[in-house]
Order: sequence, then structure tokens, then C-alpha cells
Amino acid sequence: MNKELPGWVDYGLLPLLNLMTAFIVAGLVVLAIGENPLEAVGHIAYGAFGYGNGVGYTLFYTTNFIFTGLAVAVAFHASQFNIGGEGQAYLGGLGVGLACLGLDHVLPWWGILPFAIAMGALFGAIWAAIPGYLFAKRGAHVVITTIMFNFISYSLMNYLINNFLKVPGNASVQSRTFEQTAWMPKLEWLSGMFPGIQTSPANLSFVLALVACVFVYILIWRTKFGYEVRVYGANPTAARYAGISTTRIVVLTMAISGALAGLMGMNPVMGDQNRIFLDIPQQAGFVGIAVALMGRSHPLWIVFAALLFGMLYQGGAELAFEMPSITRDMVVVIQGLVILFAGAMEFMFRPWIAGLFTMMEKSDA
Amino acid sequence: MLELLQVSNLDSTIRLATPLLLACLAGLYSERSGVFDIGLEGKILIAAFAGAAVGVTMGNAWIALGAAILTSVAFALIHGVACITFRGNQIVSGVAINFLALGLAAVIGNAMFQMGGRSPQLPNEARLQGGDRALFSWMEDLGPVGEAVHNLFFDQSIFVYLAFAAVPFTWWVLFRTRFGMRLRAVGENPAAVDTAGISVTGLRYRAVICAGILCGLSGATLSMALNSGYINNMSAGRGFIALAALIFAKWRPVQAMMACLLFAFLEASESRLQGKEVLGFEIPVQLVQALPYILVVVLLAGFIGQARAPKAGGVPYVKER
Repeated sequence: MNKELPGWVDYGLLPLLNLMTAFIVAGLVVLAIGENPLEAVGHIAYGAFGYGNGVGYTLFYTTNFIFTGLAVAVAFHASQFNIGGEGQAYLGGLGVGLACLGLDHVLPWWGILPFAIAMGALFGAIWAAIPGYLFAKRGAHVVITTIMFNFISYSLMNYLINNFLKVPGNASVQSRTFEQTAWMPKLEWLSGMFPGIQTSPANLSFVLALVACVFVYILIWRTKFGYEVRVYGANPTAARYAGISTTRIVVLTMAISGALAGLMGMNPVMGDQNRIFLDIPQQAGFVGIAVALMGRSHPLWIVFAALLFGMLYQGGAELAFEMPSITRDMVVVIQGLVILFAGAMEFMFRPWIAGLFTMMEKSDA
Repeated sequence: MLELLQVSNLDSTIRLATPLLLACLAGLYSERSGVFDIGLEGKILIAAFAGAAVGVTMGNAWIALGAAILTSVAFALIHGVACITFRGNQIVSGVAINFLALGLAAVIGNAMFQMGGRSPQLPNEARLQGGDRALFSWMEDLGPVGEAVHNLFFDQSIFVYLAFAAVPFTWWVLFRTRFGMRLRAVGENPAAVDTAGISVTGLRYRAVICAGILCGLSGATLSMALNSGYINNMSAGRGFIALAALIFAKWRPVQAMMACLLFAFLEASESRLQGKEVLGFEIPVQLVQALPYILVVVLLAGFIGQARAPKAGGVPYVKER
């Protein structure tokens, strides 16, 4: 268990083995239902990348998952488990939506954008900083409080939309639609490469998600604050002796984590639906957990993990269409398996690999 | 406000408290042994599905109940293997269990019944509903009080009696038996238990299996007693309310029952509170819905007493070499 192994085993081979296990088990589930797993993979790949509109949807989901994946990852670096991405993204969507509702008669989208980013990030940050504060000052575990905050956010948003944002006389529970000038532009410049992408909800938020990745990389690995976060994450006691304030690290890290989750709200609110509506995050906050675990909390790998899940979410729709006996919920199964094998059982193969190495060393000697 | 104390509302409270209480006690066994369990929700859901699916195909309530319990125990064992044997992160494993259950119930349900994730209506012989009306029906002739007593206490499903009997039983097991003492010890100081020559792994596995059985009963309550059949995501956050109740009860069985009754009372009263005014304020229904979660946050923040989790909770045990 504690044997030293080369870096490429711990950071390359083992995660890969875990991931493969997850997908093999998923394949077995498909097989048990009586369908061909390889054929299913084909449908998913075609649905995700086969045509422009599909690529657009894949990128749209990917955008959500990059934001929520980064959110979980940032908190992980301070050894905090932020399960509240869902609620933070919901509140973030509210912030973005309020900025749009307030300014769409005055400013075009690029004028609103800074306000939307600020509001979305702020609302998400507050919703995460409270659990952070309660942990740092009161010892209340972030895991439990963020779960509770998710549920509180559902009720809160339900109340706000029903009582304040709903258009009177309209039955649907949503705010008014923003003026068209406030809509985030679609990725039309990509339509040469992927004809039809402009008909999908993919929008400029995707680029912002990539910018957020660079921001997180610099923050965590290139700043003094990021160094303190990693020290705290590796050993809170040592960090305290080194004069690093628990409150400052935890509250700030959670706030940044929540801000990233909050920015996810921009993608559906300003980029797709152009209104505030019920259930803005649509599970993306939870997918972020799988993405962060799979991406080992590194922005670069998070992009790939998010793309994989984006592909699964979009391709899953195609799969359900082509193979009616498999529903889109298969993606949720895969998500669960990835979290199980890449997260909870990450050490499963380690003793065997370590044994293998010991054997090789012995035969060398 | 008095209508909240009507027999029908109290009756709903008892029935809604049952799945909560069973799940809450499940969490109690697991967490007292040092294994955090945020996968209660998933186990309830998969048990509800298994109970309904087997009930529909076999048409026998007891086989269906057995299937619900076995499925839930199987999921509990996945949690056990991940957290106890492979020393994985208990929170991550719990999250995985929840997704796995949600996804599998929908995928398998659709493959079996092609009803968009629902199961067909359970036949009557596959349900475990009310008590034996014939035996106690004489009480109904005793006027309104007799009728109320009859409806509240003698006309419930078997799960209600099981759940409330499980409270003193759990108290007795945890505080008056050798197994219970060891179970609590392993949640506080596993190294001491290990030194005494008792297997930490074995104890924790047994605790996790207890949790599986109780979650199985909780899920079966949902699909076989409160409803007749499986509906997509029918646990609807009950696993988390149970978790909230567990923390609220500070990991003690009798208090857990009180907390579950309180939260169930809130749930039962929701529709009756709609549009009602208290001291000139209209209570938003959403506030009532969020109240259990808000209460737990306030409690955890230490504003009403201090909730102290089992000391070794969440930490995988590594034997010294």
C-alpha cells in the first residue's frame, strides 16, 4: 500500500485502469440490457461529434462541466469537498439573470457581460462562502452544509421566481425573456468547421470557461495564495503552524469555488434560454464532482474530462433515440461508475501493481 | 393552525416519518461505526425500485420485500468495499452510490417496463399496506376518539410498526449489547478496538450491512406502502432529510425518532400551510420545505447546542504494521 511507485504509475497508469474499469462495467450494464456496447459507443460518438448541431450541444454541456469541475477542484486543493455546486450554479444563474434583466434595455451584451460575470460569481461565491465560514469558525462540515445549501437553494429560487420574477398572467414559472441585444452570441465563427453549430445552444461562455481554466491554473500553481491553499490542503495543522490562517484559506477558497460554479449559470441563462428559469444547473453541479475526480483537480485534465461528459450527455440523447431500450439515464450510471472507480476506489489496483513491481525488482536482483 | 393537529395530518405525519426514520436509523448504525453514509438516498431509491420491479413480476409482497432489502445491502456492500477494504473516501463513495442507484433504477426500469422509468401499478397482493381492519374494527364504534386511535395506531402498514419498534431495539443494541459497545467504540477509537483483538473491518462491515437492511425497508415503504409502484426518483431527497435528522438527533436513536417526526410533520403540513398567515405574514410553502435543511445548518453552526459526530467518522482505518 505505501510502497513508492514511479510517478507515471500513480498519475497515469492507475487512473487509466480505474477509468477503464468504470467503462467496462458500464459496457456490462448495456450488455445485460441486451444491447451491443460497442454499437452504443458508436451512437454516442456520432451523436456528439457527427454533425454541427451535435458538436454544439456537446460544447454547451462541456462548458457547464468545466465550470462546475473547476469549482470542485479548487475546493479539493484546500481539502474541502464542495458538493454544493448545484446550488451555487443556481444562485449564480440568478445573479447573471438579474444583471441581464436590469441592464438589457440600456446596454448590449458585451456591456452587460462584466456585470453578469460579477453578479454570477458574487452570488455563487456567497452561497459557498457561508458553508466555508461555518466550517472555519464553527467546525460545521462543508460536505453536509453544502448539501443542505443545495436544497435550500431549490426552495429559495422556487420562491423568488414564483413571487418576484414570474411574468404576471403567464403560467410558466420563469422570468421574462431578455431583450435580444443582451443574448450571448453563439459560436458562429465555428460554423465553417462545424456547419449547423449556430443552431445549437453553444455560445461564447465556452471561451470564458477556457479562460477560467487558465485563471485556476495560475491561481493554484503560480500565486502565493495558491501555494498556501495547497499547503493547507496537504496538511492543515502544518499550515496553521506556518502562520496560514484557516479562516482566510477556507472561506476564500470556497468563495472562489462557488464563484466558478456560479459562472456556470451564465451558459444556460445568458447563452441559451435568455431568462431565469427553474432548475438552471440541471445536475451539472454534481457532474462537476465526477469531472474533478477524473481530471485529478488539474484544469487541463478537467477540460478533457468535461469534454468526455459533454460528449456522453449529448451522445446519450442520440443513443436513447437509436436504442430505445437504453435511456439517457445510462449517462448517470456512467457518472456514478466514474466517481466510484476513479474516486472512491482509486487505490483498488495499487497493491497489485505494487506487488508486480516488487516481483520485477526481485527478478532483477 | 389547529387543523395541523387533525387526525388526518397526524396520520400523514406518522406515515411520512416511517421511511425517514428507517433511513435515519440506517445512517445511525453506519456513522456510529465510523463510516459516513451520504448514500442513504441512493440505497432507498434502488430498494424502492427493486421492491416494485420484483413485486410486479412475481406478485408476492414478501419476495419483493426481500429483493428490496438484498439490493440495498448489495449497494451498502459496494460502499463497504470502497471505504473499508480499499480505504477510499467515504463521501465520494456515497456520491457514487447515489448516482449509480438513480441511473440504474431508470435504465433497468425502462428496459423492463418501457414506461419511461415508472413501474406498472403493483397488484394488491404485492403491497404491504394497512393493518388488519377486521381485528380492530370494533374500535371505530367507540366514537371519534376510538376512531382516531384506530386510524393512527392500528391501521398502519407493517413498516410503521417496524420503524418505530426499531427505535428502542436500536437503542438496546447500541447501548446494551456487546456488539453495540464495540460498534460505537470503533467509531470513536478504532485503534483501541483493534488492540483489544477485535476486527475493525468486520465490525464496520456489519454496521454497513445493518444500514443496508434498514435502507431496504425504507425504500420498500415508499414503493410498496406509501405508493404502489416505482416512480422516477421517488425518494426525492428523503435520504438527505434522514441525514439531516440524524445530525439533528446528534446520532442518538430516540432523538432521531423525534427529529424524523418533526420533519415529517413539516412535510405533512406543507399543503395545509399554503396561503396561511401567521402574525400577519404569509408563510411561503418553500420556507416550510427548506426548514429541515435550515435547521440542520443552524445546528451545525453551533447555535443550538453542539452536534459532535463520531470521532473516527470519515477516516479509513489503517492497521499499524
